[in-house]
Amino acid sequence: MSWVLASPIIIPFATAVLAFLFRRGPEGRWLSVIGSAALLAASIVLMIEVLDDGVVAAQMGQWAAPFGITLVADLLSAVMVVITGITGLAVAVYALSDIDQRKEALGYHALFQVLLAGVCGAFLTGDIFNLYVWFEVMLISSFGLLILGGQKMQLDGGIKYVTLNLVSTILFLAGVGLLYGMTGTLNMADLHGAVQRVENPGLLVVIAVMFMIAFGVKAAVFPLFFWLPASYHTPAFSVSAIFAGLLTKVGVYALIRTFTLIFTTDVAYTHTILLWVAGFTMVTGVLGAAAMNDFRRILSFHIVSQIGYMILGLALYTPLALVGAVFYLVHHIIVKANLFLVAGVAQRIAGSTDLDRIGGLYRHAPLLGLLFLIPAFSLAGFPPLSGFWAKYVLIKASLDAEHYVLAGVALAVGLLTIYSMTKIWGNAFWKPHPDGAEPRLSQLSGTDRAALLTPIAVLAGMTCVIGFFPEPFVQFAERAAAQLLDPTDYVAAVLGTSDVPDLSGSTGFATPDVPVPDGVDALPETPETEVAP
Amino acid sequence: MEILIAIMVGVLVAASVYLMLARSVLRFLFGLILISNAANLVIFVSGRLTPEAPPLIVEGADAPLAEVANALPQALVLTAIVIGFGLFAFALTLVYRTYQNLGTLNSDEMRLAEPIDVKAEPTK
Repeated sequence: MSWVLASPIIIPFATAVLAFLFRRGPEGRWLSVIGSAALLAASIVLMIEVLDDGVVAAQMGQWAAPFGITLVADLLSAVMVVITGITGLAVAVYALSDIDQRKEALGYHALFQVLLAGVCGAFLTGDIFNLYVWFEVMLISSFGLLILGGQKMQLDGGIKYVTLNLVSTILFLAGVGLLYGMTGTLNMADLHGAVQRVENPGLLVVIAVMFMIAFGVKAAVFPLFFWLPASYHTPAFSVSAIFAGLLTKVGVYALIRTFTLIFTTDVAYTHTILLWVAGFTMVTGVLGAAAMNDFRRILSFHIVSQIGYMILGLALYTPLALVGAVFYLVHHIIVKANLFLVAGVAQRIAGSTDLDRIGGLYRHAPLLGLLFLIPAFSLAGFPPLSGFWAKYVLIKASLDAEHYVLAGVALAVGLLTIYSMTKIWGNAFWKPHPDGAEPRLSQLSGTDRAALLTPIAVLAGMTCVIGFFPEPFVQFAERAAAQLLDPTDYVAAVLGTSDVPDLSGSTGFATPDVPVPDGVDALPETPETEVAP
Repeated sequence: MEILIAIMVGVLVAASVYLMLARSVLRFLFGLILISNAANLVIFVSGRLTPEAPPLIVEGADAPLAEVANALPQALVLTAIVIGFGLFAFALTLVYRTYQNLGTLNSDEMRLAEPIDVKAEPTK
């Protein structure tokens, strides 16, 4: 049981070590591919287990639930790990051709695998301080990947990415400290019960807002997103793709997890803030994209606007809206990573990502045109692709909740998304190449073509499958959303079923008989402990 | 004691915000170091201060007999310090490399990745 949960973290770490040892030869990149494939397999095993048995939890080092570190997977965690495996494998294959030997010798594959381990860890952990540690693992490897190669532009973007993300991390850390001070526990399932008994709920809302800001920076929501369009267009395309697919979504996941499991004491206040944030994020992102004139920079701003939709689903906080958020999360990771991969191929054969300096791709590389159209239309929400269903569910949810303005905003943003996609289409694909060049896929060698186009085609295929057969995916999202809204299963799986009703005690520890050694006795929130000192 | 540390945290945060508002990236980094130490102190205090009572367990017992200091926040702070140290070492190197390459520490002049109005420039 515990191996099922731990393997999505252990496999990438082990691969990272091996890939680092073999970084100077071709073995490193193949190790990365094999490791990513193993991660995908492990994540599917985990998914099957969660589908069969419900929420799966394991205590690391055999420390009982609220004391030790818990790994836990509900449906949302499991699907995020699966999608990490899928994107990881796709990008690892793409990197076979995209990453040159110099970057490989600097340790690209090792950093990439550590990033995957950090992302999986963040999805699977059930401990809020452990979540901070996984965020750091993810951050430090993403720093390395971002500036790998050391071009001036990368350093420039890297400075902004590093500094703003560090500020958010520190805010997160301070929030964890304060939350522990109030509740005496760090276990998320235990926190779910402990926050109900906090004597000063106002202070809890303050902490909730600290977490909202910290995760908001990671998720790149308005007005905290400026690091994203400053940096995502500077590194190698594989790096851009994995960042675009996974990193901001870890922030969204953390928001969904904490604001459905822990900070639900004042939904009217916190989730109203999120509602405004969602609206502004959608609008600013898409307007920023409209102002850009570079393939990757347009896509970067679209990440921001798409994050708004997911936050909208969380902010509405109805069953249907959470279904939409989960569905959107899954669909978006596939589509967004894919678009960045397409941008990489376009740059390889046409010579640039600046839309003024490329063209003629549709005429000379029609296959690439098709592979671009599928994720682009899906992103904009064309039926019958995956984005349509995701947007449909969210807009339906906001209409049901009588947030007509937000529904209108969501629709208008979809329209503006089409505008910037047509801008890419018109400039990069339809317009003749300004230098008269003829960008053909045959310019690439056979192996390059296979490595670059296979992941794109597979991801595009997945977009189509989700689009044409959305029912199992929506049903899955419904189950995941039901688990989020009613965390009884989650809490029971982590703390053990028998312990849940026993939590009437004030400390929040599941075993009140054991003399509690820590300073929990000194917590002033609990009446009996005020006597103690 | 808690009050004193709370005031100290406040002063540290104020100083770090002042530093982080500066245009120089190096000053920003110093601000970051201060604020991370403020966060560490917050965690430390959140476990409540229990002076002169180290969390030691008598031989043969399973738990400390008297009330002792909370060891968990100290473990958390230790983790946070280690992680923070690594990140700052990285950030400092990054800033240094950036200074070598771009010749400036002024964040206003770092516009390579986001050049001002790319399209207007060539038409002039």
